[in-house]
Amino acid sequence: MVAFVISRLLQALPVLLVVALVSFALFTFVGDPVAAMLSQDATLADRENLIRLLGLDQPWYVQFWKFVGNALQGEFGLSYRLSRPVSALIAERAPATLELAFCAAAMTLCIGVPLGIFTGIYKDSWVSRVLLTVSLVGVSLPIFVLGMLLILVFAVQLGWLPSFGRGDTVQIGWWSSGLLTVSGLKALILPAITLAVFQLTLITRLVRAEMLEVLRTDYIKFARARGLSNRAINFGHALKNTLVPVITIAGLQLGGIIAFAIVTETVFQWPGMGFLFIQSVGAADIPVMAAYLLLISLVFVVINLGVDLLYYLVDPRLRAQR
Amino acid sequence: MSRPMGRLARFFDSDVWWSFRTSPTAVASALVALVCIGGAVLAPWLAPHNVLDLASVDLMDAFKPPFTEPGWLLGSDDQGRDVLSAVMFGGRTSLLVGICAVLFSTIVGVTLGLTAGYLGGTVDALLMRMADVQLTFPAFLVALLVDGIARAALPQEVHERIALAVVVFAIGISTWPAIARTVRGSTLVERNKEYVLAARVIGLTNLRIMATHVLPNVLGPVLVIATLNLGLAIITEATLSFLGVGVPPTQPSLGTLVRIGNDFLMSGEWWIAVFPGSALVAMVLSVNLLGDWLRDALNPRLR
Repeated sequence: MVAFVISRLLQALPVLLVVALVSFALFTFVGDPVAAMLSQDATLADRENLIRLLGLDQPWYVQFWKFVGNALQGEFGLSYRLSRPVSALIAERAPATLELAFCAAAMTLCIGVPLGIFTGIYKDSWVSRVLLTVSLVGVSLPIFVLGMLLILVFAVQLGWLPSFGRGDTVQIGWWSSGLLTVSGLKALILPAITLAVFQLTLITRLVRAEMLEVLRTDYIKFARARGLSNRAINFGHALKNTLVPVITIAGLQLGGIIAFAIVTETVFQWPGMGFLFIQSVGAADIPVMAAYLLLISLVFVVINLGVDLLYYLVDPRLRAQR
Repeated sequence: MSRPMGRLARFFDSDVWWSFRTSPTAVASALVALVCIGGAVLAPWLAPHNVLDLASVDLMDAFKPPFTEPGWLLGSDDQGRDVLSAVMFGGRTSLLVGICAVLFSTIVGVTLGLTAGYLGGTVDALLMRMADVQLTFPAFLVALLVDGIARAALPQEVHERIALAVVVFAIGISTWPAIARTVRGSTLVERNKEYVLAARVIGLTNLRIMATHVLPNVLGPVLVIATLNLGLAIITEATLSFLGVGVPPTQPSLGTLVRIGNDFLMSGEWWIAVFPGSALVAMVLSVNLLGDWLRDALNPRLR
């Protein structure tokens, strides 16, 4: 077990290293921080001084080492666009994104998995056929078009739900939560649905395919021959074995939710990290881009690691090999 | 079948054609795809107005509602551009970027997958490790990052000139690992077959064996992935353009049009955003349905 965890950690390292290099390259080679920080009438000596002060006269690997050290302490400098520390900006925006992503993920799993089981067990019923057709539309529906349609119907035509923003929030320490107020919850509904639909359709189709695959196997036929009830077969025997691939995809989907939160946040002007990132890309605000890049890769690496470990716990064959 | 048949006749006699003819979904989606592609490709000749020519646009024509005037079937936007024509020209850009991106990623994926699978060893380990690193991230995020980095790294006038190519590169590079992995898998199987050994015995070079002997036998699954990737590429391009970081505003795609229309959603001019959005969904849905059908038709296990 320990060896397994260590080998996975070692595999995760290169990913983080590559991302750190890309962020560092962005910082160092894109734009000229010295020109940006110096005033118009600065002398050549001022320039030399600043370069030495920023450590830009040192070899790149020394600079890289310092960059990593700073990054580990959450220090990314000032945003070019907003002139505020990047770490503060991100800490301020993170709760909004995390609440949105968590609600969307909960929705995806709580609706998608049961739908997949249903369409897998009753594969020939008309309800399943309708659900499958609808799910194909869901896969083909770009997330921003869906968000726009929801706004058009529920915000513009019916006027039931707000079309942008987070509503009222409550401060709990540094965390600002929109889950505790009515307007915050109302504001969350449309973005969460928008974010969940695509992932939901994917997971439904996946669980269905796995269910169909497992229900064809011999041990299920044997269970039927033993006269077990349908319920015991479907949930006790079949479902358990469909879960291994579902865990992988659910992990990937968590990543997908975080990536597509960028789009959802833009459509609904949700004050999260994704919206911040898109504004930074538009303005070539490199410190924010680099910080977001590093942070999100850390999240992805942790998710992948978690998935691998879950795998190990769920699938006894992996443990037996060692 | 004693008489030798031409390629076309053989195609019409094949299982694939039969499965296509008997599947209403496949025929219907092929028709929709044809309409979308036809409208997009022939836009300069079929569109009622040339929306790319700024001189022909008149602010007096702005905000015409749809289905009211014969020359303006789907209404007009805030600048007085005909929405139907804009959708046709926009579809052209979307389709162009989508197809180029898929071609690019397929060529890169097949080349790297074939090389990794055939040569094995260090090359294989290195390429697959690269794929692993990239697969840690969702494809959409990779495309967004590559596009964002190019935007920040290139001087503005250079970026404006090659913006379309940058988007194609960003989307193409985001999907190569899936193709490379598939191709590598089938190459590993093919590599040990007798015809490859025979080719090696008669002294053909590795390059020649890979390109003329192994390649044709590993392309089948690639076709399916490429079709499904086309839908994905069109969606990714539209999403990037919707976010304002995709194709340049001088060459609006369907995503750009939706973004423009999004600003008028609250004031009741819904048609500016809804028609480009619907065209996008129709295009992607038909391509995805065709891809789904193709996967089932080429998979002998399901027959």
